[in-house]
Amino acid sequence: MAIYTKEEARRIMEKALSFSTADACEINISGSESGNIRYARNTVSTSGHRSNQTLVVQSNFGLKSGVATIDEFDDASLKKVVERAEELAKLAPENPEFMPPLGPQTYDESITYSKATANITPGYRAEVAASSINPAASKDVTSAGFLNDSAGFSAMLNSNGLFAYNKSTNVNFTVTMRTNDGTGSGWVTRDFNDVSKFDAVEASNVAIDKAIMSREAKAIEPGKYTVILEPAASIGLLQNMFGSIDARTADEGRSFMSKEGGGNKLGEKIIDERINLWSDPLHPDVPTPTWNGQGQPLKKMKWIENGVVKNLAYSRYWAKQKGVDPVPFPSNAIMDGGNASLEDLIKSTRKGILVTRLWYIRGVDPQTLLYTGLTRDGTFYIENGRIKHPVKNFRFNESPIIMLNNLEELGQQVRINGNLIPYMKVRDFTFTSLSDAV
Amino acid sequence: MKRRDFIQYAGLGTGALMVPSLLMGSNISAEALLNPGLDVTTKKLLADVALNTAKSAGATYADARIGRYLNQFVFTRENKVQNVQNTESFGIGIRVIANGTWGFASTNNVTEDGIKKATMQAVAIAKANSKIQKEPVKLAPVKSHGEVFWKTPIKKDFKNIPVSEKVELLLSANAAAMKNGANFVNSALFMVNEQKYFASTEGSYIDQDVHRIWPTFGVTAIDRSAGKFKSRQALSAPMGLGYEYMDGLDSEKIEGPAGLIGYRNSYDIIEDATAAAKQAKEMLKAKSVDAGKYDLVLDPNHLGLTIHESVGHPLELDRVLGYEANYAGTSFATLDKWKSGNFKYGSDIVNLFADKTQVGSLGAVGYDDEGVKTKKWDLVRNGVLKNYQAIRDQVHMIGQNESHGCCYAQSWNDVQFQRMPNVSLEPGKEKYNIHDMIKDVEKGIYIAGRGSYSIDQQRYNFQFGGTVFYEIKNGKIEGMLNDVAYQSNTQEFWNSCVKICDKNDYRIFGSFFDGKGQPSQVSAVSHGSSTTRFKDVNVINTGRTI
Repeated sequence: MAIYTKEEARRIMEKALSFSTADACEINISGSESGNIRYARNTVSTSGHRSNQTLVVQSNFGLKSGVATIDEFDDASLKKVVERAEELAKLAPENPEFMPPLGPQTYDESITYSKATANITPGYRAEVAASSINPAASKDVTSAGFLNDSAGFSAMLNSNGLFAYNKSTNVNFTVTMRTNDGTGSGWVTRDFNDVSKFDAVEASNVAIDKAIMSREAKAIEPGKYTVILEPAASIGLLQNMFGSIDARTADEGRSFMSKEGGGNKLGEKIIDERINLWSDPLHPDVPTPTWNGQGQPLKKMKWIENGVVKNLAYSRYWAKQKGVDPVPFPSNAIMDGGNASLEDLIKSTRKGILVTRLWYIRGVDPQTLLYTGLTRDGTFYIENGRIKHPVKNFRFNESPIIMLNNLEELGQQVRINGNLIPYMKVRDFTFTSLSDAV
Repeated sequence: MKRRDFIQYAGLGTGALMVPSLLMGSNISAEALLNPGLDVTTKKLLADVALNTAKSAGATYADARIGRYLNQFVFTRENKVQNVQNTESFGIGIRVIANGTWGFASTNNVTEDGIKKATMQAVAIAKANSKIQKEPVKLAPVKSHGEVFWKTPIKKDFKNIPVSEKVELLLSANAAAMKNGANFVNSALFMVNEQKYFASTEGSYIDQDVHRIWPTFGVTAIDRSAGKFKSRQALSAPMGLGYEYMDGLDSEKIEGPAGLIGYRNSYDIIEDATAAAKQAKEMLKAKSVDAGKYDLVLDPNHLGLTIHESVGHPLELDRVLGYEANYAGTSFATLDKWKSGNFKYGSDIVNLFADKTQVGSLGAVGYDDEGVKTKKWDLVRNGVLKNYQAIRDQVHMIGQNESHGCCYAQSWNDVQFQRMPNVSLEPGKEKYNIHDMIKDVEKGIYIAGRGSYSIDQQRYNFQFGGTVFYEIKNGKIEGMLNDVAYQSNTQEFWNSCVKICDKNDYRIFGSFFDGKGQPSQVSAVSHGSSTTRFKDVNVINTGRTI
């Protein structure tokens, strides 16, 4: 078993630290057990189990630092890994941006671990596969899916007195359902820390229904449309925006957050005033560890408030240069939603497109955060408050900044890839061509 | 690693200095890279432990891969060294067939005991999964090769070159970029050595020493008053070569339009960084493209990615059959189209081939990861679809009895499966150079380098950008363009191919990180071509205001 308790992890790291002769030394230890099952063509194709444990030592002499890793934790191995980190540090060139390890910190207790997830068995994984394969086969549909679950811990200790520990679990599920005539395809994704919240039958049926509903799609002209984006569709664009909130890149003039004439857009309104975006490691639906890899505490933080940029992420080095407090990158994204269900959003739409997901999203222009990609696995035409028929997939070219300025309405929130994102209705979403892909 | 994560990383913006975890092993000193590792006699003894254990546990087939993966990475920005890493990863992966079902297990405990345990685990997994197996494994026959050795034909081993020399070269390239007007520059050198030993119950013991190298950079120019920035990435290619790739030999340079230099098997990073800075500055003032139909003249360093996405992926047999449906998708190139014998993938001059033997390519090895001797085969001949990419347990599904030899695992820790071989466009038979491609174009765009790329899950509709774009008017280069992307459909695009340069212009493009499978594995692959022209392709303008 590669999952150590707080005390075991501390003892191993303290032992390692006792061998250090460097100016400063920081140790990270982590371990995980993960299992997966993969199926396609309505049969299981592969399954696997993986166990990992690693201890990482970073030693520094002045501005020179070296890193060494090891997966064995007996005293001799710990001594060897510390010596190797120190050797590498002595040989390394000076890094003028090196920041010494942090001192002691206070962290909130995280809620990322679930016993139920840690106890998943190969039998459970096979049952999940069967929950997709059996109903699919009975409806002339072929399933291809993947379930991955993991339980792990991470901890750190340094020569300045910092100690942190966290234990977490995760389960991720995706399944694609294709009708056997090849004209319909549906998909669903679910992810949780606690597997007891996961219903494989319900999820598989969503994908089967979408596959059947999307058969024999009609082509409609590409152009600007009102769209209802399921959270699985908007997340790709939102995550790209959220990942670009680095203050340094903005200050250097090479980000969409850079301002004309220099500086960044902190305090400026960049999107619709109904948009509020924040992060919170203690949110019960999307919990994350309460500290990051550098030992910085993670707290609830507003990033966009009423459409205005409230915070940018400052690395410790850049914060020092700018004379501000460091702001660590967020560990999740939570966008406030409304009360409307997906059905409500459809009902209030005169003419529009419902999008299940966007796929193969690639950056086109970092200046404007323009992205391209395609709709996939369930795209439907809405007319007068009802889904009228499936439509062929589109390629889009759109920027999340433009998209969030064209907001019509926010719906209920859904957990997606560890984030909490609402259904949203957006006008003038730009589809630039049609795709024959099903 | 997800390919996307890497792309973000390889974009060499700022920050991100962690090496993708899949490439990592334990950090070691540069000198330790020179440690020879296990000798071949020991490797054979250890592999035989796995094979014998598997057979006595009831496996009908087994293979063992003992892998030692050595990497060195150097990262710099402007006048600073950000990181130097040397890593080593060592272990064994054992794959078996029991009750007609695959099983796989791996361990870094490469001792008799460790290997026996892992082998028993692989057999147990195979037996457990056989209860729900509906399609028993059928392997195509393979020749026993006995004890053989293969090595990438390198001239300079990166492990023998001092780190200081590499650092100095990158810093010189950065200095050249800064001197020529860059505001920022990040550069990196990735060097990989896979030492792989393969043994199977069919009597092959194959020792291979595979080398790859990738120098790259990103240069950014900024116009602060306008709040604009433009980046120009390196026009190098990751290659299956040794450190000699960094020699920058004049004999390996090809002069392109507008002063662009193309690099064959030798790269001049200082020259390219100088050009990059000048071009990034020029881009800040370049005109925005008018959307419409254009003839496209595509440089090999750009066309390679288009080949990768629109030919390499759709012709992977596992995609065609639905095994990748939940991740990368399926394929428009279905079996009925192939069986018809007349599916026009491209125009008559389009000949696309797969080749795991091409010297200098990333995919070149002597034998694949299931002991099949590598070869070259046709995918598209005279525009007609001829074949797919398939391995030992797949070829029977297309009525063939010889594996194509394109099985690969990213490490000893991962199970091997079908991966894209090098897929390349044959040079044209008529004698044309780059300037011949441009001189009779009335309205066109010349594109070099990789840019944004996106394609649907069945590989019909795609949109590609590039690194640099030049307008062609009445047979002449007019100047740089911004905001260019072309959208097309795979079959329509390859059928619009009208002119291909001859073999003197042939160059290799590559990617270190082609992603596939769940859990995802990466693979390195090259795509060769000569400069090629496509008629009347739809170009969109990607400029926006936010």
